[in-house]
Amino acid sequence: MAYVLRINGVDHRLDIDGDTPVLWALRDNLGLMGTKYGCGISACGACTVLADDAAVRSCGVSVEEAEGLDIITIEGLAEVGMGDMSDAWVEEDVPQCGYCQSGQIMAAAALLSENKKPTDAEIDAAMTNICRCGTYSRIRKAIHRVVEER
Amino acid sequence: MNGPVVRNVSRRRFLQVGAGAAGGLVLGFHLPGGLDAWGNRVGADGRLNGYVMIEPDGTITISLTHAEMGQGVHTALPMILAEELEADWSTIRVLLAPAAKEGAVVSAASGTGGSRTIRSQYGVVSKAGAIARDMLRQAAANRWNVPLEDCIARNGAIVAGDRTASYGDLSLGASMLPAPATAAIKTKAEWRLLGKPTKRLDARDKSTGQARFGVDVVLEDMLVGTIQQCPQWGGKLKTVDAAPALTVKGVEHVVTTDAAVMVLGSGYWPASKGLAALTPEWDSSSAKAEDSNVVANGLAKALRGKTAKIVDQGNIAQASKFVSKSITTTYEVPYLHQATMEPMNATAWVRDAKIDVWAPVQSAGRERLRIAQEFGVAEDDVTVHVTFLGGGFGRRSSMDFIRPAIIASQEARRPVKMLWSREEDMSHGLMRPIAKGRFAAGLNVPGMPVTWDATLAVPSISKQQAPHRVTGQVDPVSVYGADNLPYAIPHQRLRYAMPDFGAPLGFWRSVPHSYTAFFVESFLDEIAQESGTDPFVLRERLLVGQGRELALLAKLKQASDWAAKPEKGRFRGMAFHECFGSLIGQVVELSMQEDDDIRLERITAVIDCGMAINPLTIQAQIEGGIIYGLTAAMYGRIDVADGAAVQKNFDTYEMVRMGQVPPVDVHILEGGPIGGIGEPGVPPIAPALTNALFAATGTRYRKLPLMDAGLSLAGRHSD
Repeated sequence: MAYVLRINGVDHRLDIDGDTPVLWALRDNLGLMGTKYGCGISACGACTVLADDAAVRSCGVSVEEAEGLDIITIEGLAEVGMGDMSDAWVEEDVPQCGYCQSGQIMAAAALLSENKKPTDAEIDAAMTNICRCGTYSRIRKAIHRVVEER
Repeated sequence: MNGPVVRNVSRRRFLQVGAGAAGGLVLGFHLPGGLDAWGNRVGADGRLNGYVMIEPDGTITISLTHAEMGQGVHTALPMILAEELEADWSTIRVLLAPAAKEGAVVSAASGTGGSRTIRSQYGVVSKAGAIARDMLRQAAANRWNVPLEDCIARNGAIVAGDRTASYGDLSLGASMLPAPATAAIKTKAEWRLLGKPTKRLDARDKSTGQARFGVDVVLEDMLVGTIQQCPQWGGKLKTVDAAPALTVKGVEHVVTTDAAVMVLGSGYWPASKGLAALTPEWDSSSAKAEDSNVVANGLAKALRGKTAKIVDQGNIAQASKFVSKSITTTYEVPYLHQATMEPMNATAWVRDAKIDVWAPVQSAGRERLRIAQEFGVAEDDVTVHVTFLGGGFGRRSSMDFIRPAIIASQEARRPVKMLWSREEDMSHGLMRPIAKGRFAAGLNVPGMPVTWDATLAVPSISKQQAPHRVTGQVDPVSVYGADNLPYAIPHQRLRYAMPDFGAPLGFWRSVPHSYTAFFVESFLDEIAQESGTDPFVLRERLLVGQGRELALLAKLKQASDWAAKPEKGRFRGMAFHECFGSLIGQVVELSMQEDDDIRLERITAVIDCGMAINPLTIQAQIEGGIIYGLTAAMYGRIDVADGAAVQKNFDTYEMVRMGQVPPVDVHILEGGPIGGIGEPGVPPIAPALTNALFAATGTRYRKLPLMDAGLSLAGRHSD
């Protein structure tokens, strides 16, 4: 059976099993490698994407469930006017290994599209993604920078 | 001796490294490997393995042999080059050279680890930059027919009087010149780029999803596979019926080895579903890892049993007459997993008796040799292409995650990307060993320790990874950080027991320092408490005459406001440690919330890493090391049950999250030769934390992780 996924504004018809997590459809079927696999149980957030502007851990959502959702990945973020997220990440020199950062940026993008000026407590509540390198304080600074510059 | 050799080499040779560029000056040099993580001297043959190319359009590319795993060397090494070259920083590009046949491409003989990259590469990279600079100056001097001394290199151009020529413009002329044997290296006072906070060259790619890690490798006609190894370490595969996997849409092959089953298909999900459909039968009779409860007894027994003497200074027995008070305690830490964010993976393509591997690996050069030996092909026919590493922390100095990809590609006769599930990654780690230490000290009447008698029981990493480092029953690596105390305690003994509980062991960020600092600095705090001495004052007295150490303590005291009374309800602890050529001290300030929740208020760190190349990276590494160490101190523990790891994913192997982390204030001192920065942030945090907890609660926490004592970290912000 085929499923239609709307990714970064474009519809893609995928002839894959309906239980395939969106993460793997993105990576293996669409070649969008910016979204990362970290745990497969929605615990780490490395695979976070936007689905109808909300942060979603794409390892935990099947393509069957994702039909009809407007999904934005890190590759499409600039096109929807949120390239300033990446700019702030560069300005604050956030990444170390960088593996979790796509997910961090997408989680922060979702937060800021819902809440234009989050408090630190709201940032903490939204930003539960794991960063093993410990870049948390710079992520926080980058989020504040986006808020200030928007 | 002129030090490292730098040679003018053909452009063709550089192109073989992988840069698709035209013309210009190419210098080849030898990046020394020094000692690898196993103590082997590598890269000592002087082969050219690093290159700098200056193209006519002004682009400057440096090829490197050291992996980037977050520690920032792909920014710091180019900074060193650009400093001597007087290059325009915006023109610098980085190329990571694969480990491959000499003459075709460069040989990355050395591993990346031990916080060693800048220390081992500074000399040659600065020299290559200086020589390139002087060749460009000479090219300008020849062109303008002026003396060399009149040609000044500045920001990507040579200037003489009112004449200026860019490096790109001069690159072809410079390429015709012989490389001089030596060139003047700047003194620190002359630095213009080094020592200045400089943003990472890879930040843009890593902030836009464009950086390519091992998991992102895609080759034409590639299969994606996943693996299950016998859950019991050392166990074997008895039998498996492949049929159920082969009915899954997208699955193409089931490959077995004597200890694993792998399913290959059109993507990770089909492969993963196929693997889940299988019911392999395992033979765990050859498994040998002992369960956690047995290990706990075994450690205690090892401490009481036969030990090897590593330090024996003064005479503890005779000194007992000066001892007015004795204290004895034991400390213990569990097995830990590195939990790199990117799970283990590698891509292999075996064809025409050649093996190509693409992998996020710390030790490409060494694994290349191992691959050649193990798979019976010529060294020259093996190439290891190194991707970005989604975290290393010591886990990726290994071959175990490369081997399955090669076997699968051999069987399938196609390129195969072999990606481990998180569960597989954690079930088959190379763990930081468990460790237990018994410490006894005798204090004299003023309360100073005059005797120090330590015994450590730690299974040996070297015994598994580099047996030649073990002499008799001594693995010196197991006790680093406890064997060479900076403290002037006249009578000291260190004994070591090397039990073996069968579990696979490996390097974990800061290796033995992760527990020796916890043991030593906790015990010193206990001594300070026992003698009623401030912990800073006790250490200052034990470090009399040691300028660098005292300067660091003074800075730490000042930066943490130690002399001022903390706010009501706040408590502080400190720790100091020397490792990887650096000195580091940390102060934790915390308060206790309800339900034994710890609120971290602030953390202050002072590192003396000798010379600061990129302060921004040093700050990031110390912050990151502290958070890595905090996770271990609070939550990190791998248990062994039925010969297998119990914790298999982040739901049971908890990590510190953003909301729990306080501001970390990092100060940098420069008191000597270049030291490491990737690992030193980790060791002091556990004792600084538990020492603060003692100040807050009166309870001495001698065993990690602290969650086992009912403690957890509170969120720092609330509305």
